[in-house]
Amino acid sequence: MSVIGSGGVEQTVADIEHETQTTAKPARNRSTRNRSSRNRDGLAGWLFMAPAFIIVVVFVLIPVVSALWVSVSDWSGKGSPLGANFIGTDNYQALLTKPGLAQRDLGTSLRNNMYYVLLVVPLQTVLALVLAVVLNRRRLKGKGFFRSAFYFPSVTSSVAISIVFLFLFNASGVVNAVLAWFGINGPNWFADPRGVGHLILGALGVDTDNPPSWLTDHDFLGLTWWQWWSGPSVAMCAIIALAIWTTAGTFMLLFLAALQDIPEDVEEAAQMDGTNAWQRFRAVTLPALKPTLFLVLTLGLIGTWQVFDQIYIMSQGGPAKTTVTPAYLSYQTSFVGGKWGQGAAIAFILFAIIVVFSLIQRYVMRDRKTLPKRRRIATWEGKK
Amino acid sequence: MKDRRLRTIVLTAAGTAALLLLAACGGASSSTPAAGGGATSAAAGSGESTGSASADGGELAVLIGSSGAPETAAVEAASAAFAKESGTAVTVTAAQDLPQQLAQGFASGQSPDVFYVSGDNFATYAKAGNLLAYGDKLSNADDFYPALRDQFTYEDQFYCAPKDMSTLALFINTDLWTAAGLTDADIPKTWDDLSAVAQKLTTPPVVGLTVGPSRDRINTFLLQNGSFLVSEDGQTVTADDPKNVEALQYVQSLIKDGSLKFPAELGAGWGGEAFGKQQAAMTIEGPWLLGAMAKDYPAVKFTVAPLPAGPSGDQGTLVFTNCWGISATTQYPEQAKAYAEYMTTKQQQLEFAKAFGVIPSITSAKADYLTEFPDNKPFVDGIDYARGVVGAAGIADVLSDFDAQLQTLGTQDPKTILESVQQNLTDAIGG
Repeated sequence: MSVIGSGGVEQTVADIEHETQTTAKPARNRSTRNRSSRNRDGLAGWLFMAPAFIIVVVFVLIPVVSALWVSVSDWSGKGSPLGANFIGTDNYQALLTKPGLAQRDLGTSLRNNMYYVLLVVPLQTVLALVLAVVLNRRRLKGKGFFRSAFYFPSVTSSVAISIVFLFLFNASGVVNAVLAWFGINGPNWFADPRGVGHLILGALGVDTDNPPSWLTDHDFLGLTWWQWWSGPSVAMCAIIALAIWTTAGTFMLLFLAALQDIPEDVEEAAQMDGTNAWQRFRAVTLPALKPTLFLVLTLGLIGTWQVFDQIYIMSQGGPAKTTVTPAYLSYQTSFVGGKWGQGAAIAFILFAIIVVFSLIQRYVMRDRKTLPKRRRIATWEGKK
Repeated sequence: MKDRRLRTIVLTAAGTAALLLLAACGGASSSTPAAGGGATSAAAGSGESTGSASADGGELAVLIGSSGAPETAAVEAASAAFAKESGTAVTVTAAQDLPQQLAQGFASGQSPDVFYVSGDNFATYAKAGNLLAYGDKLSNADDFYPALRDQFTYEDQFYCAPKDMSTLALFINTDLWTAAGLTDADIPKTWDDLSAVAQKLTTPPVVGLTVGPSRDRINTFLLQNGSFLVSEDGQTVTADDPKNVEALQYVQSLIKDGSLKFPAELGAGWGGEAFGKQQAAMTIEGPWLLGAMAKDYPAVKFTVAPLPAGPSGDQGTLVFTNCWGISATTQYPEQAKAYAEYMTTKQQQLEFAKAFGVIPSITSAKADYLTEFPDNKPFVDGIDYARGVVGAAGIADVLSDFDAQLQTLGTQDPKTILESVQQNLTDAIGG
């Protein structure tokens, strides 16, 4: 369980540790000293590090290792997990290779979360960037007000916001009332398990009650290809909207800080070269934002794969399991189902997925040493 | 010189800080009362009371999953009376999230001594060895209704004393009933009656009947058709019995002709809410709705009837109950058993019935209860033909999968649903 949700803490603790290390180093190498004094400096270094080190060991390392142990044991939740029996990869097999309910549940949760990530990460990043660019304009009145307003959802309690969204998206709520002005009969958001992907196919004339057999004959993790294609359910869409709205503000601040770091003269120079606004954004602003963009995408990717609190408060996985996510499934399996090993195994599968996605993203966004040929001329001056 | 002193000061400060941190971490876990479980100071705000203590009478930590302030107050008052009588100190804590707090207690070996256990969780806890089997040693063991004893029996051992019970019955909105030209003679006795009145009561936007799409409501129809998900002894899975298919087909027919809608489709959180808002003329709920109606919808007039019988003439309803579970690791098993016995006496249960609307779990309290609450007869009578919830260990995911499928009962084939339940239940119980 500790793998989930501890990401943030881990990061800050690691940062602190890193800082302590780097600040301790110069002191050690400052001058030539005798051996005993150097030892005492080493001791001082350890002492300074100790609080952070102890916190990392007690709250990160030990929980992660014991969760890993639980995932390969038959622990029943009674007494210390150390007394449980080792059962090898049974828990993982039940989830990944053995056809059955556990596998299907995992498949369903991964499908739901995949669509959640696919929609939330790009949309919240684009929204955050747009808001930041708008706020960064020099001639904008009430800048402070808008900055606070956009950031407001991020600092409000996620429980409070989730409850407000439950009311907004109620069958007779505000969202449907507004849709009714335009003559649209809004769906019953949190009770609607229909997948958007299926709805689109239905609108295109595919018979969704009897889907084509080449889609239903093959399956992966207990779900047929047709079920994988379902897209986010209508209920999930409401949660996606909530997630984009709440997190865009945080990332907007990151972008804003980075935008303010771009020297004005670079922009002016580009202006002198006769570029238009879009060209400046594309060739000057965006490349300068690349490190921030990487950070925002990474944090977004990790955060969205771990989504738990909104699900726990708003839908408890329903309707018809279309909002179950791996993090929520892990909690359910452990605390409600009493299958602690399987719950821990889900957490580690999720961990593996996040690591793989982060690595892929790092690879895609790596610094390219050689520039593509056709762009060389344009950047020739910069390279000189 | 100055440099060195500064360094000494810094080092001492850092050392002290580290020690303080360690002390704080260590202190937090060791200062928890040995039997406290989740009952630390953080829980004090949620209502914690201590009965008068005694040096040798032992002390009990009690964790309850309270339905609200009246229940907490009633249990606290009864515990204080018990403490006074027996000399055993009792600390009652109302849990925020009972299963989670219990799980933490079991894992740390510091679970509360006495706690509520629901029929859903019972078998899982019993199988893991977290519960003390004391039921048969109770002096009033034979007084409990058989259906309740069955609920808390695991491997032929009666584990814990059922604290009260609730059965499901049919709630009817009398104003809408008479407006549709129906009389007392029309109160549905069979499924055909139910279809007919539900149809008559459906005048958009009002629907005739609303039922939560969950096993805890829909399963009543399986029972009314003389079958259930598992056999009487709980050993054989009978989910795909044709009688069950027939029952779900009947529910589906109500959905298809528009006379049954799920609460969520009406924008309500549960059946009781839709009923109270008069969006539905009938609903299937338990006695907890009586309290909710009095509190939230006092103007709505209604009556309660037994659930109709199926084509086979079987009557069927579900009974929900919690028991006073005693931890297997308690230091005071005798005192805990005495406490459970005290809380389930006739006098005490009638007290609870008045305080927060539950029904006594013992046959000897039936007559007195009905004199006090004659209108609740359908609920009390229900216990004669009621079954408890399916309570095998490790089937929570199977049942929640069943619930998820019931939400799409309107469009899905009942046979497919039940076949998957059969498969999953067999896997879970067999494996």
